Amino acid sequence: MSEWWTYRPEDFLLFSPRVYWRLFELHNAAWWPLQIVALLAGLLLIVVLLTPRPWLVRCLGVVLAASWGFVAWAFLWQRYAPINWAIEYVIPLFALQALLLLGALSSGWLTFTDRRRLPRYIGLALILHAVILHPLVPLLSGRSWQMAEVFAVAPDPLAIATLGLLVSAHPARWAWPLMVIPLLWCLISWLTLDTMGAPSAWSPLTAACLALVTRLWPHAEAK
Amino acid sequence: MSICNPSRRTILKGLLTTAAATAIPSWPLSAQDNGPKTRAVPSTGDSLPLIGLGSWITFNVGDDSELLEQCVDVMAAFFDAGGRMIDSSPMYGSSQATIGYGLDKLDAHDRVFSADKLWTSNPDEGRDQIDASRSDWGISRFDLLQVHNLRAWRENLETLLTMKDDGELRYVGITTSHGRRHDEFETIMRDYPLDFVQLTYNPIDRAAEQRLLPLAREREIGVIVNRPFQQGRLIDRLEDHALPDWASDVEAETWAQLILKFIISHPDVTCAIPATTQVAHVRENMAAASSPLPDDDMRQRIAETIGEL
Ligand SMILES: NC(=O)c1ccc[n+]([C@@H]2O[C@H](COP(=O)([O-])OP(=O)(O)OC[C@H]3O[C@@H](n4cnc5c(N)ncnc54)[C@H](OP(=O)(O)O)[C@@H]3O)[C@@H](O)[C@H]2O)c1
Repeated sequence: MSEWWTYRPEDFLLFSPRVYWRLFELHNAAWWPLQIVALLAGLLLIVVLLTPRPWLVRCLGVVLAASWGFVAWAFLWQRYAPINWAIEYVIPLFALQALLLLGALSSGWLTFTDRRRLPRYIGLALILHAVILHPLVPLLSGRSWQMAEVFAVAPDPLAIATLGLLVSAHPARWAWPLMVIPLLWCLISWLTLDTMGAPSAWSPLTAACLALVTRLWPHAEAK
Repeated sequence: MSICNPSRRTILKGLLTTAAATAIPSWPLSAQDNGPKTRAVPSTGDSLPLIGLGSWITFNVGDDSELLEQCVDVMAAFFDAGGRMIDSSPMYGSSQATIGYGLDKLDAHDRVFSADKLWTSNPDEGRDQIDASRSDWGISRFDLLQVHNLRAWRENLETLLTMKDDGELRYVGITTSHGRRHDEFETIMRDYPLDFVQLTYNPIDRAAEQRLLPLAREREIGVIVNRPFQQGRLIDRLEDHALPDWASDVEAETWAQLILKFIISHPDVTCAIPATTQVAHVRENMAAASSPLPDDDMRQRIAETIGEL
């Protein structure tokens, strides 16, 4: 791309905020009442962090893999890609994330038995934010609650909750590869929302920064 | 010499250039009864209404049936007001499919002047992309295809010129915007048999007046003007200011109309293509081409006034 310095982020935004927010409204209407099941699945993440029994972790692997696969197909492919051709490049990454999560959690390679408080608290906070607070963001922004972005139904809360789970997972060599795609998505989402002038852009950005710092913190790895 | 503070010599030179340009008769301008004024396409003499319709962002609504119907309403108002040229690109998400949906619904295939683009850095994909665009629009051939933002322009232009020779296309063009790559643009305008160029021009972005518009006249190339409102930012900026009284001399009732009148009164402009999601705005934009256009003095006044706000 020549004269790249003359381009601004707005030049790459293909759609209006109105069209973007309505994607969630139509998506929610099409899949109601799946959101209730999704909320319950979100609570499973919290349970796993509090009582990380191996069979629960295996269950979570299936649930998270299904969620990433579902969001890739039902939201990214069916709804988002028609208005944003760049999303076609992201869909395989979501599918890959589903496979990675399934492999790492159901094989027992990744565990959540790290008893140190801080990473676990930050992880819990991220999950609570993703499952409970994130769907309320439209109300704070003066939009209809029907546009709520729900965990496992919409990509942002799914990526944030996945990061929340992974900040205290060990060993780090398995946790890191699983964090790449959720971090990347948070970055993409922040750029999109910020370019649209949406105040909620802080949500994926803060979540990604918090997860990154927590994971990088020298004592984050279990001894 | 800064761009913001032109010297007296520069201003005089600019005025002389404009005077020289307007002294030469412009491409024939005619008015339909109650409809928009039209201007001839230099390469063929076919006439086109001075206002067309863009589709970047505004028509990218995916499968949202409510918003699709709103786009159809905009297209219906556009055609009712005598509009013809609709501009799109494979880059604009679902905009081409929206246009196709609207054309079908309004049975307007014979009313539209279809202007689309070739947007690929892989020239081998060019034909397939054009076929896909054609199928989205639901038409058998485009009136105009343009190499979008000069992307792989040598090969893509070759594809389009071959299509034109084979009777698969009426007109060939190239596009740029935001004042980008004017040097390269100029070279292509000199070296290739283009029917149209598309570029940004409005009372604030006037770089095209220096070389591209005079060259378009010299080479008998039609000019389509994109971003007349700087994607709406220009109107937002003017919104808080009262429209000057003298705007009524050219029957401009809004800033949008004054801007469009400035653009389409340039003798070398064939058509401006504002985009909108609103029926009221499409009517307002079309009306700008149905009433008197500013003369040179008034054009200067419009540019100065808007430039200062
Ligand atoms: N390189 C290229 O080839 C290139 C680059 C840029 C653009 N283009 C073409 O040029 C077209 C026009 O450019 P653009 O879409 O970037 O920007 P534009 O036409 O300058 O501005 C569009 C914005 O102006 C607002 N608007 C339209 N009519 C109005 C009115 N009467 N009063 C107040 N606001 C009004 C619209 O909002 P509402 O929806 O509220 O009316 C819309 O947000 C594009 O759609 C595209 O087809 C081509």
